[in-house]
Amino acid sequence: MINFDYVKPSTQKAAIDALNKDASSQFIAGGTNLVDLMKRGVVSPEKLIDITNLPLKNIEQQKGFIRIGALALNSDVAEHELITKKLPLLSQALKAGASPQLRNMATVGGNMMQRTRCTYFYDLTMPCNKRQPGSGCGAIKGYNRMHAIFGASDKCIAVHPSDMCVALTALDATVVISSSKGDRRIPFADFHRLPGNNPEKDNNLQRGEMITAIEVPDNDVFTKNSLYVKIRDRASYAFALVSVAAALDIKGNTIVNARLAMGGVAHKPWRLTAAENFLKGKTISLENFKQAATIAMKDAKAYEHNNFKLRLAPNTIVETLKKVSGIT
Amino acid sequence: MSQEKAFIKDESLHNARRKFLKQSSALTALALAPPSLIKAADGNLDEKASALFEKQSLKIEVNGIQHELSVEPRVTLLDLLREQLHLTGSKKGCDYGQCGACTVHVNGKRVLSCLSLAIMQDGKKIRTIEGLADGDNLHPMQQAFIKHDGFQCGYCTPGQIMSAIACVNEGHANNEDDIRQNMSGNICRCGAYPNIVDAIMEVKQKGGPL
Repeated sequence: MINFDYVKPSTQKAAIDALNKDASSQFIAGGTNLVDLMKRGVVSPEKLIDITNLPLKNIEQQKGFIRIGALALNSDVAEHELITKKLPLLSQALKAGASPQLRNMATVGGNMMQRTRCTYFYDLTMPCNKRQPGSGCGAIKGYNRMHAIFGASDKCIAVHPSDMCVALTALDATVVISSSKGDRRIPFADFHRLPGNNPEKDNNLQRGEMITAIEVPDNDVFTKNSLYVKIRDRASYAFALVSVAAALDIKGNTIVNARLAMGGVAHKPWRLTAAENFLKGKTISLENFKQAATIAMKDAKAYEHNNFKLRLAPNTIVETLKKVSGIT
Repeated sequence: MSQEKAFIKDESLHNARRKFLKQSSALTALALAPPSLIKAADGNLDEKASALFEKQSLKIEVNGIQHELSVEPRVTLLDLLREQLHLTGSKKGCDYGQCGACTVHVNGKRVLSCLSLAIMQDGKKIRTIEGLADGDNLHPMQQAFIKHDGFQCGYCTPGQIMSAIACVNEGHANNEDDIRQNMSGNICRCGAYPNIVDAIMEVKQKGGPL
């Protein structure tokens, strides 16, 4: 690892000032992805700003939403009583990610900022437009079994690896971002980006900004019928081939509202808006779920090695909807 | 090599590096130094620039013993334990956070020491496999691993045991599935998993603080 300078500010203002002062500086919190990337030489910041002293770890009930500090640990969020009771989908998604040791280190903000696990991004001997813009994409004609089927470009077909972010997308969360200019809020679904011509940009966070909290609507109607299903190569501790976060507002036998998002299929958590709209007002039935899955898969495009996702993804949508609505 | 000798060697290297930085010509510096160092050297800020290679002070408690150390920011907790404190029980398996062999407890929580920067542990309490036994009396989890033959080659065992203790303490060892799910961050290529699960089940059933 190339050496770097290290500072540990004790206030948010000092941390943001330090970031603005030095163009090659970066925040570090859990470090589970950043230290890995630095060891491999994928990134080499000249200064790390340790933000773990900042008071951003609280998980609290506010009017109409639950506010989760950006530095709350993945394990603490997953086990927190407010989350297990009111946002079980988020708790399930967090527990489906990484390992207990990593969840004890990783923060909510860091989880959002983690980079893709595309092997071409990590392999310095291969081209990668995300790591080195303009160098090409090793995955498009390479071994692309783990890669995107939605929203990819001819520059990049990597997927975002987070489980937590899939749940937060389905739950209509809001990201609170602070900078020297003050705070701004953006919908969670607008935080991450599609690759387009600039796959080096994973998200819409600007230089000089810090994620300080996530606000998740405390929407009781979705609490009861929600589920995160993750399909992976082994039973635990692996990235998703495909995952589905589903939350249904059910009255009698009718779906009043649906929230659906997928992981492992795109450069960002993939919200299934068209399928949600289709399900609105429909009765609970296998036929409707199959149709919703077909609608969700409309623009899917596979590459040489991830063709299986074109069947796995709709099947996982149907299975998740069946389980969450209680039909067998 | 004794600890004392290792220290002296380390210090002399450190001094040599400082001397080099101060005396080197701009050309040599250009070839070897990171960009910010070059910028600093341009402004005759050699002394300030050497801060990039300077060690920072660190106070940590490891297995009940206080240490005042100085480390480069890039040193991981695992390397600090193994190379500076000579606690080689925590193993470097993959070094990329995928195998769990480096698992230690920081302030009572299990973490991966290979992905933890030592400098970020300032003021914290570390517990490693060396801190478990009380003299010749092994920790209950160590005894259970021996009794149930919870290892073959033994390389992953320190990480397995540190993780297993945390798994029980977290309340995540309620049944076999629970244990398997919550021990999934520790890979055993010999495949001792069934015996590891038995060892953890036994310790859990006996109860008591770990």
